[in-house]
Amino acid sequence: MLYYILRRIIYIIPISLAVSLVCFMLVHIAPGDPIDAMVQPDTPQEVIDRVRQEYGLDRPLPVQFGVWLLKVVQGDFGTSLIKGRPVLPDLISASSATFILACTGGLLGFLIGCVFGGIAGVYRGTWIDRVFLGSAVAGVSVPHYWLGMVMVIIFSVNLNLLPAMGAGPGGSTEWAWDWEHIRYLILPSLTLCVIPAGLVTRTVRGLVSDIMSQDYITTLRGKGLRRSGIVWHVVQNAAPTVLAVIGLQLANLMGGSILVETVFAWPGTGMMLNTAIFQRDIPVLQATTLVLALFFVVLNLLVDLVQTTIDPRISRR
Amino acid sequence: MSTTYSNELAAAAPARVRREDSYWRGVGRRLLRDKATLICGSILIVMALLILFAPLIAPYGPTDGGIARRLKPVGTPGHLLGTDELGRDMLSRLLYGGRYSWFVGITPVVLAFAIGGALGIIAGFAGGKVNMLIMRVTDVFYAFPSVLLAVAVSGALGAGIMNAIMSLTIVFIPPIIRVAESVTTGVRNLDYAEAARATGAGSPSIILVHVLPNVLGPIFVYATSLVGVSMIVASGLSFLGLGIKPPDPEWGLMLNTLRTAIYTQPLIATLPGMCIFLTSMCFNFVSDGLRTAMDVRA
Repeated sequence: MLYYILRRIIYIIPISLAVSLVCFMLVHIAPGDPIDAMVQPDTPQEVIDRVRQEYGLDRPLPVQFGVWLLKVVQGDFGTSLIKGRPVLPDLISASSATFILACTGGLLGFLIGCVFGGIAGVYRGTWIDRVFLGSAVAGVSVPHYWLGMVMVIIFSVNLNLLPAMGAGPGGSTEWAWDWEHIRYLILPSLTLCVIPAGLVTRTVRGLVSDIMSQDYITTLRGKGLRRSGIVWHVVQNAAPTVLAVIGLQLANLMGGSILVETVFAWPGTGMMLNTAIFQRDIPVLQATTLVLALFFVVLNLLVDLVQTTIDPRISRR
Repeated sequence: MSTTYSNELAAAAPARVRREDSYWRGVGRRLLRDKATLICGSILIVMALLILFAPLIAPYGPTDGGIARRLKPVGTPGHLLGTDELGRDMLSRLLYGGRYSWFVGITPVVLAFAIGGALGIIAGFAGGKVNMLIMRVTDVFYAFPSVLLAVAVSGALGAGIMNAIMSLTIVFIPPIIRVAESVTTGVRNLDYAEAARATGAGSPSIILVHVLPNVLGPIFVYATSLVGVSMIVASGLSFLGLGIKPPDPEWGLMLNTLRTAIYTQPLIATLPGMCIFLTSMCFNFVSDGLRTAMDVRA
């Protein structure tokens, strides 16, 4: 077990290296010379050569990768081509905005999924089950960027209850947990929670109905255990798998909130990525993708370790 | 007599049985009993036909329009579903748009099924170093959230249908490899594969005769479960401006350009999204139904 945990942690290193390589190669899979993305079309040749040298683009690819990686490890994610300032500070503030959004959406999805899935699992095979399971399939099928628009139409345009865009009054980027800011969080996080809610519902339903049909539950019933006692047994047995699902979903929300962030102009990594793509701001694109992917890798590791630790049925060597 | 016999057999043993047709007959019977799958399957067939024959059905061309007729409400005479922000007929654009949305949504899954399935079967069958190589590379691509990978790759490649399809294919290959590998590893160690090897059958013939027929089903069912997601992400790429380029109609792109109309014609602005939602949901229900009917555990 200890061996497994150690091995799993060490395995992070080659994976992270390979992930960095993929992020680095993003510039080079683009058709044409990467320099074209950095300078205006009518730039004189001397300037192009100078820029090429400055960015080390005249050196062989493996050397370029090594230099880039060495800088990244030291916390230097390069300089934005458009803004002309280091990427890191912007990336940190954007990541925290996305983190707030992803956590709220993930938590909402988790709660809704547990309730829906629990009810569907207990009433398996009845019309209640079919309704909840149907809504779960609908949940994972929703194009969330469309749902975001529908939410804006209902709550912002028609009812004028909640703001449609941004993450604070007057376009402020400083987050605070007061009503003035939370108002801005409601619609995006509701939009974001639908897919994890659907997935958790399916998982919980499957687990609960499986566990309820096990022999030991019948035994517990037979010896007269109260309903609340049986629920506790079911929760204990379902928890590891459900936690794993929601952990992975949280990681997916961090990286996948780009569409929702675009709809609601939420100042997170998704918006940053979107802007970087259209301005061909390659350093920002590389850095954002790398940070989100590394976050995903670490969260995957944590989920795996937590699951191994709390679930006695899993024994890994 | 013989039909009753095979029916009983199929009911008793849902797995592949001696008579070639009885497994599929069982699958068919289970599908016919599954109302949700039947309804969703029929909706998909109707949509596919409408999209296929769009040039015959659509009252206007997908890019015909004049600014004078912009944003007419749903039910306007001559424009059943109204007009968009440039005065183009919504019904026609939805019909033509479906061609792009379906094409960009389904093609990556088909490609990933072929490529990922082949790689996964090879990895599972060969084992050893080949397995190591294929599965470790898969791990790397697994380390990216799917939407992020799709956006980053097509962002780097630039907008366009082919780039969108390519980036989505890259996203879906790793999960299919994983499923194919694990199913193949399971089958390879079963007695009949061992027996074939013992009687001197070579690897190609074992793969063709014993492995393929038993692993294709589960891999196929898993691939169908990806179509719903693929439709959403494909249209999402266009929504971001990374897929189909204007003025061509595509549901995600239409949704984006109609965002300016949410104050004046909210119903029209959301129509393309409803199409994506309906398609994706029907694919998911059909995939669920197939999984149950084919008795695949994954």
